[in-house]
Amino acid sequence: MSFPSLLIQLLNGLADASSLFMVSAGLSLIFGVTRIVNFAHGSLYMLGLYGAYSLIELLGRTPLGFWSAVILAAFAVGIVGALIEIVVLRRIYRAPELFQLLATFAVVLVIKDVALYAWGSEDLVGPRAPGLSMAVEILGKRIPAYDLLLIVIGPVVLGLLWLLLARTRWGALVRAATQDREMVGALGVDQAKLFTSVFFVGAVLAGLGGALQIPREPANLDLDLTVIADAFVVTVVGGLGSLPGALLAAVLIGVAKALCIGLGTVHVLGVDIVFSKLVLVVEFVIMGVVLVLRPYGLLGKPPAASRAAGAAPLPLAAPRWQTALVWIVVLLAVPLVSDDYVAALLIDIACFGLFAVSLHFIMGPAGMISFGHAAYFGLGAYAGAVLLKRAGLPMEAAFLLAPFCAALFALVYGWFCVRLSGVYLAMLTLAFAQITWSIIFQWDALTSGSNGMIGIWPAAWLADKTRYYYFAMVFCGLGVALLWRVLFSPFGYVLRAGRDSPLRAEAIGINVRGFQWAAFVLAGTMAGLAGAVFAFSKGSISPSAASISQSTDGLVMVLLGGVETLTGPVVGAGVFTWLRDALARETDYWRAVLGLVILLIVVLFPQGLVGGLKMLLGRFRERRA
Amino acid sequence: MLTRNRLLAGASALVALSFVAPAFAQEPIKLGEINSYKAFAAFLDPYKKGMELAVDQVNAAGGVLGRKIEVVSRDDNGNPADAVRAAEELLSREKVAFLIGTFPSNVGLAVADFAKQKKTLFIAAEPLTDKIVWDQGNPYTFRLRTSTYMQTAMLIPDAVKLHKKRWAIVYPNYEYGQSATAAFKKLMKEKQPDVEFVAEQATPLGKIDAGAVVQALADAKPDAIFSSLFGADLAKFVRAGTERGLFKGVTVFDLLGGEPEYLDPLKDEAPDGWYVTGYPWSDIKTPEHTKFLDAYRAKFKDYPRLGSVVGYSTVMSAVAAIKKAGSLDQAKLVAAMANLAVDTPFGPITYRAIDHQSTMGTFVGQLGVKDGKGYMKTWRFIDGKDALPSDADVKKMRPAN
Repeated sequence: MSFPSLLIQLLNGLADASSLFMVSAGLSLIFGVTRIVNFAHGSLYMLGLYGAYSLIELLGRTPLGFWSAVILAAFAVGIVGALIEIVVLRRIYRAPELFQLLATFAVVLVIKDVALYAWGSEDLVGPRAPGLSMAVEILGKRIPAYDLLLIVIGPVVLGLLWLLLARTRWGALVRAATQDREMVGALGVDQAKLFTSVFFVGAVLAGLGGALQIPREPANLDLDLTVIADAFVVTVVGGLGSLPGALLAAVLIGVAKALCIGLGTVHVLGVDIVFSKLVLVVEFVIMGVVLVLRPYGLLGKPPAASRAAGAAPLPLAAPRWQTALVWIVVLLAVPLVSDDYVAALLIDIACFGLFAVSLHFIMGPAGMISFGHAAYFGLGAYAGAVLLKRAGLPMEAAFLLAPFCAALFALVYGWFCVRLSGVYLAMLTLAFAQITWSIIFQWDALTSGSNGMIGIWPAAWLADKTRYYYFAMVFCGLGVALLWRVLFSPFGYVLRAGRDSPLRAEAIGINVRGFQWAAFVLAGTMAGLAGAVFAFSKGSISPSAASISQSTDGLVMVLLGGVETLTGPVVGAGVFTWLRDALARETDYWRAVLGLVILLIVVLFPQGLVGGLKMLLGRFRERRA
Repeated sequence: MLTRNRLLAGASALVALSFVAPAFAQEPIKLGEINSYKAFAAFLDPYKKGMELAVDQVNAAGGVLGRKIEVVSRDDNGNPADAVRAAEELLSREKVAFLIGTFPSNVGLAVADFAKQKKTLFIAAEPLTDKIVWDQGNPYTFRLRTSTYMQTAMLIPDAVKLHKKRWAIVYPNYEYGQSATAAFKKLMKEKQPDVEFVAEQATPLGKIDAGAVVQALADAKPDAIFSSLFGADLAKFVRAGTERGLFKGVTVFDLLGGEPEYLDPLKDEAPDGWYVTGYPWSDIKTPEHTKFLDAYRAKFKDYPRLGSVVGYSTVMSAVAAIKKAGSLDQAKLVAAMANLAVDTPFGPITYRAIDHQSTMGTFVGQLGVKDGKGYMKTWRFIDGKDALPSDADVKKMRPAN
């Protein structure tokens, strides 16, 4: 690559970083004050683009029309953000940590369908910026003037934000709340108003980031999820709550991507290295490296201990054997009275149930949130498929070995992950998951790449759906039983001690990290088992089994059922899978309906479904007593 | 304590029972259709309309085998595992005659393998992957749409005629883009041995970094570019390339670039002179297309996209197969599909016995801009049967069973 090309690619990276910075700054601000991981931030960005498109059509393609449309769209999105806070999130601040994530996930579903309804399915290509549609020549290369403007806008927005935070009373309150939000509350500051305003500003930033992209990016319905992953990465790489960190990280990632593209295919020692294919994963590689070397991001500080995490979670109650027995009898009887489809649906639910229970195992009792648990599900599934098709093992052997392959990866990834905590830990699991996914996605010779592998059917004696149903129930049931049993063993108590009070646990001689590592591996193994059962039930497996959306589904299931209950994850898996399957059949706008149902559950049962039911039952008994 | 257990047990049993409601066979013949309606809405909205039109026409004409037809659609969320579950539901609960549909390659392949396992006919409507009929073909799966290989091959004569030496390639980094690139390189090397491929960019689907990609391609100083981008990626590439002067003096070929789904959003920025495959719906004057066009416009007050033609022809193929088989027996249906002739808006097609690929063709030509909209200013129709490899090559690729 020549020097002029290198320079232009650097400028390209900076231009890309601009919007990404704004979205991430908003995300960071909201997280800092409210501790909410706003999954809907990408949706707000998408609304910014759509809004700007419509407003420009309305106001005319003049410089004045263009810029007023951009500003108006940003503020309109700000209002949407404030409404989300007032209508939904305000009701659930006392819920367990991360429960709000479930609510924002539901908001993503609703916004996507609202956008589809309002703007249609076709991509909308906005106009170029009036007056800025020409290109500027630099060292004989052309770069659009608008890109240069974007490079300037990023730091300007950072400067304005800094002024807002450092020089106004509102800014002082935001900084105070970021440091110690209980203290701010105790001093008489109206938290509700503060949170709403923070959501408004965060959403304005997302909307502005989106609206500014209108000359570069067609408004389309996939933007929400594309952007949110990038924004999470930037926020975490920069350090949560650090705005300069967010800008630095956005620039680092933007430039790294541009350079990978610029390098293209490079011949080294007779081997072709295709750098452009790395674009898929480079940001996650950067995040992984940064988090391993700097556990709180580039410019982040260790978070202040939060005092208000609600009441300490109640000790888990072991399931009653009578209830378990009823379920076992019902599940055994199902094939006698129903068709293959019910069996297929229940096999799916069993796989996701075990997957969710294994996620809950590390999230709940062990206190390690994972955003990348699908890696082990996918690895288990692919290990089964590869051992069967490439290594030629019999199905039984491939199936039994598969969970141990997932365990191997969990052993390696876990070693790094348990060194971190909180959201940083969660994001490192995500980084490993995405790296795993991109390898599965691109290693054609081993995994058949994006096509996925087909012909992964069970052995002849299991080919019958009913037999495979019993097979799946036995293995998933054993997996769940094992995990639950472990939670009530000394090992389980040690994990909970490590979660509730790491300092005291260390002081009495417990190697907290070591136990967490072991828990991580066990959970990974069981997720791998779920993946293997899943792969053989479908006959095929594709990279989506290890994707972000699979990880998110797992989180949704756990949270929906109730993270503070034992049976919650299974119920969550059942309800979520069944709802999605049933709703998709009834209406075209099933995503919006699913989102609204989840929102309803969130608002009515802030403890999750099982937690809420238990509470209702408790009240019912009190009244009778 | 006892009350609580009873309550829980009762609730558990109720939940379990709700899964077990039986379904009854309906009067019309049901076609089980699976597609990624939400994941690829731009293509599949018009596709669904095309299917509806076909169902109306078939039923107005008295249906088939004396029964009306009904399409039972399921959204697979773009996920092969969901698609397989939907297929299971369609077969065992809806009792559909057989399966049709699917859009992305991975979903198509997964459903094809499921159909093989269940010994059920599957007419893959849209997946472009060559593997579904060749490397991973199976006896029960047939494919309607002009495949990646065929569409690429249709562009080759023009590319060879121009005799450009230095080619740069850009493609979305997944099955479709990879296969198109591989086919293009192979065919070009055969027809024009002095061809050079000077740059290759694999961009993540839906996430092209257009400025950087354009710059990287320009640095390689190509004479021509072969792209298989579509959708939002294509729009971004066109705009960035125009702004940065990439296309000056460079010939560009873009697979699918003339399909209204992807061309219309570009409006007046549609790149003049690009060679594309597409669907110039307003200029096709054949009687079969005019009939389709008029009926479509009358029903939906909108013009058809390529998806509409695919949806329409899929249902028509299914009906033709049932008619020829004279029953809903899977073995007879599969036998009927071999050499089955179907009339489509693009003229008659045949499902080849040798590899189960239909001979549906497509339109090849150059883009232009008229009245602030992109259109295909020159075009010709290429029959699918003229863009396929020799029978010997096909036999080599397709497994014997």
